[in-house]
Amino acid sequence: MQLTLWTYEGPPHVGAMRIATAMEGVHYVLHAPQGDTYADLLFTMIERLPKRPPVTYTTFQARDLGGDTAELFKTAARDAYERFKPDLMLVGASCTAELIQDDPGGLTKALALPIPTVAVELPAYQKKENWGAAETFYQIVRACAGPHAPAPGTKPVRGERPRCNILGPAALGFRHRDDVTEITRLLAGMGIDVNVTAPLGATPADLARLGDADFNVVLYPEIAGQAASWLSRTFGQPSTKTIPIGIGATTAFIHEVATLAGIDPAPSLAGAPSRMPWYARSVDSNYLTNKRVFVFGDASHAIAAARVAQDEFGFTVVGLGTYSREFAREVREAAKLYGVEALISDDYLEIEAHVAALSPELVLGTQMERHIAKRLGIPCAVISAPVHVQDFPARYSPQMGWEGANVLFDTWVHPLMMGLEEHLIGMFRGDFEFAADAAPSHLGGAALPQERPAEAGDILVKEKTPPAPTTTPSAAIWAPDAEKELGKIPFFVRGKARRNTERYATERQLMTITVDTLYDAKAHYGR
Amino acid sequence: MVRQRGRARLLSAALQGCGDAPVLRERGQREVFCGLTGIIWLHRKIQDAFFLVVGSRTCAHLIQSAAGVMIFAEPRFATAIIDERDLAGLADCNDELDRVVDQLLARRPEIKLLFLVGSCPSEVIKLDLSRAAERLSAQHMPDVRVLNYSGSGIETTFTQGEDACLAALVPILPRATGRSLLVVGALAEVVEDQLRRLLNAIGIDEVRFLPPRTAMDLPPVGADTLYILAQPFLADTARALESRGATRLPAPFPLGIEGTTAWLQAAATAWGVSPTRFAEATAPAIARATAALERYRAELAGKSVFFFPDSQLEIPLARFLAREMGMTLAEVGTPFLHRQHLAQELAWLPAGTPLSEGQDVERQLDRCRAEKPDLVVCGLGLANPLEAEGISTKWSIELLFTPIQGYEQAADLAELFARPLLRRTKLRV
Repeated sequence: MQLTLWTYEGPPHVGAMRIATAMEGVHYVLHAPQGDTYADLLFTMIERLPKRPPVTYTTFQARDLGGDTAELFKTAARDAYERFKPDLMLVGASCTAELIQDDPGGLTKALALPIPTVAVELPAYQKKENWGAAETFYQIVRACAGPHAPAPGTKPVRGERPRCNILGPAALGFRHRDDVTEITRLLAGMGIDVNVTAPLGATPADLARLGDADFNVVLYPEIAGQAASWLSRTFGQPSTKTIPIGIGATTAFIHEVATLAGIDPAPSLAGAPSRMPWYARSVDSNYLTNKRVFVFGDASHAIAAARVAQDEFGFTVVGLGTYSREFAREVREAAKLYGVEALISDDYLEIEAHVAALSPELVLGTQMERHIAKRLGIPCAVISAPVHVQDFPARYSPQMGWEGANVLFDTWVHPLMMGLEEHLIGMFRGDFEFAADAAPSHLGGAALPQERPAEAGDILVKEKTPPAPTTTPSAAIWAPDAEKELGKIPFFVRGKARRNTERYATERQLMTITVDTLYDAKAHYGR
Repeated sequence: MVRQRGRARLLSAALQGCGDAPVLRERGQREVFCGLTGIIWLHRKIQDAFFLVVGSRTCAHLIQSAAGVMIFAEPRFATAIIDERDLAGLADCNDELDRVVDQLLARRPEIKLLFLVGSCPSEVIKLDLSRAAERLSAQHMPDVRVLNYSGSGIETTFTQGEDACLAALVPILPRATGRSLLVVGALAEVVEDQLRRLLNAIGIDEVRFLPPRTAMDLPPVGADTLYILAQPFLADTARALESRGATRLPAPFPLGIEGTTAWLQAAATAWGVSPTRFAEATAPAIARATAALERYRAELAGKSVFFFPDSQLEIPLARFLAREMGMTLAEVGTPFLHRQHLAQELAWLPAGTPLSEGQDVERQLDRCRAEKPDLVVCGLGLANPLEAEGISTKWSIELLFTPIQGYEQAADLAELFARPLLRRTKLRV
């Protein structure tokens, strides 16, 4: 058993739903108790999809357990076929139905429906959402494309123009919709046709044609990695490895794609396809230099964001982590580039403690880290799923490609600019227009933790910087003028300044922290 | 099915209200939350209680999704996620649970009451949480009391989770000595305060609420306790209170002016309050509410409303919308129909109102589309898809999170239904 407050990923059957919902002509019959239908709202409320996910739940109850839940499943599957007439039916069980072992796959086979059916076994007590999405996508791809596999030894026939598939975009994905548009446009500019984009918008008939492409562009390895490696084995299709997030990665991606397609990358790289490099060089961006940044997300987005942060924004990566244990190795490798140890965890509390201890100046994370950062008073931008309704903006806002790089510049710099504004406001706090205890406006006006009991240090310094859970309250007392001086330090580094000063004082057994102590500590710890 | 419903209409038309009207009972996909969802409002209500779900990743994901991922603070709920080691018998579930509880209590020393909340998986593997609660209580008393209830989807629907939670509290309520009124069902604090003031004004001084605001403030119960339900989904809690000797005051529910007056009147009658005093105490609030409701009546009257089953609040809400707002009822669906607790509500429903219990969501959607109602009250999974079809909706979960009971909230309640209609007429995009 694991104590869990918040989860980064849902159960694996939610991953299967993300595939079924992304596709056309697929219906998923899920053996699940009443209540599991909550998952519909992820799609209708968070992603604002205008239709229900194509999922039928058996919604069995306690009274059914003594009777025939298998019959209930068969009725649900038969009715769903009659009503929705899908091209392909996906069947499976959620966590509770896994325990009652009704075998949805076998039961569906017995129904002898006139359409292909795919049974996905998703071990709910071992695996999670992304794994479930990857497994489901792989199973559907195999079922649809498998019958069209060439005999071993057959040489693939190449068309006049190079053709690829785009694999990975799914429902509830972080900016998947816009990434697909951006990458499709990029490929079109290179003279490469997109054969099939899947799962997003694909029908089972489209998947049957996957083998017609020369190679695969894998945008989200968490979802499409398994399917892509099967396609490579079965159809001899190579896959891209670069995730085109940021200028460097997009450039590398173009080179990689050009090699696979046998074309010249130079025309696609000519000119200045993105504003981002110039914005990064513009003098007003000087203040971004060596900003200490903590990066956390799914493996692909976290690794990509760390590279962009270090090489394209001039930040310093002080922490890098992921909740995707399946990709721990890749993240550990990436972390070495920045001389940090990767944080592989899906324990929200551990990540919060880690962020608090690091006191970064910017957090690039998921919606979970956004909340952590909000509580610690640190600026934050969201770079990865798990998603929230605000991660489905009305405007075009990809993460990938040239436009994606522009979007990154705007969204990552914005919280820092707001922080700078807050500092300016703070400098004028003595002026009557500015309330002394005004909380940072971009942090919702209430950056105080609501439920954490007050710690001793809170009373001494009336700042809105919450105490870090990892530090012990200092024995030293702040002199009023030192306290006032501390207030002049920008709020986003104030917490760290206070902790460093208190540690300095404690180590030297100082009873009172004076203005001098504050600056002695500053000089001692440097930046 | 259609024939059955036609008969239902015919039969109930002959009777006064819907007292014994037949009900369309369906068995199919139920698009409802499970009882775990109640934790979202219960943990805010009892401020020193913690809810530990013993379940799967799905349970954790459900609560977090239904709560809209509101991670503004460390929550007073969590999930002990069962993993394959527990299922394979490699780890003893009870030892594991003890370990998780120790870990939790070490982290949250301010917790005074811990609920172990059963889920579908814990029920199916027959993990005995009542014995676990006894064992853990013995270990952690007097600092922490440990109770248990089930919020599993195989046993409970949405608001039944609150019922199970309150029923679990009843055995530990202290013994009452004198006569008192116990108001049962979670209400917003502002509503509690208003109702308490009104009850005090008509001369009932001993008024207590279940659930209490803190676990340290449990209301006493005994043979002289009269209890009145403030929520319509509390069948088990009512039974548990009666086993402690308390007596139920039958009443409609305090939604709308009429409901609130009749609810207060039930208490007033039991306390022998004079009609004059009752009228004096309630008149100002009634006058205010009447005036406030007037403008929404203009917006809602003559419009039709269709309720999908969700919170069991459907029948009292339908009654309010029909009788005080002049709406017509296309269908009133409810997950469960507790005829005894809803007797007065059913009698107040317009004769011939189509009632349904349980659900086959696909067929109900067919009926809904055929009826073309002006407004649909439904869960979050159905709201946007129906809006996309051109049907205005009101999310039902908001009715649990918003203060809607009592005179001062009557207009707020009406406004919740009027807003989607107003919005549709206003938008030009």
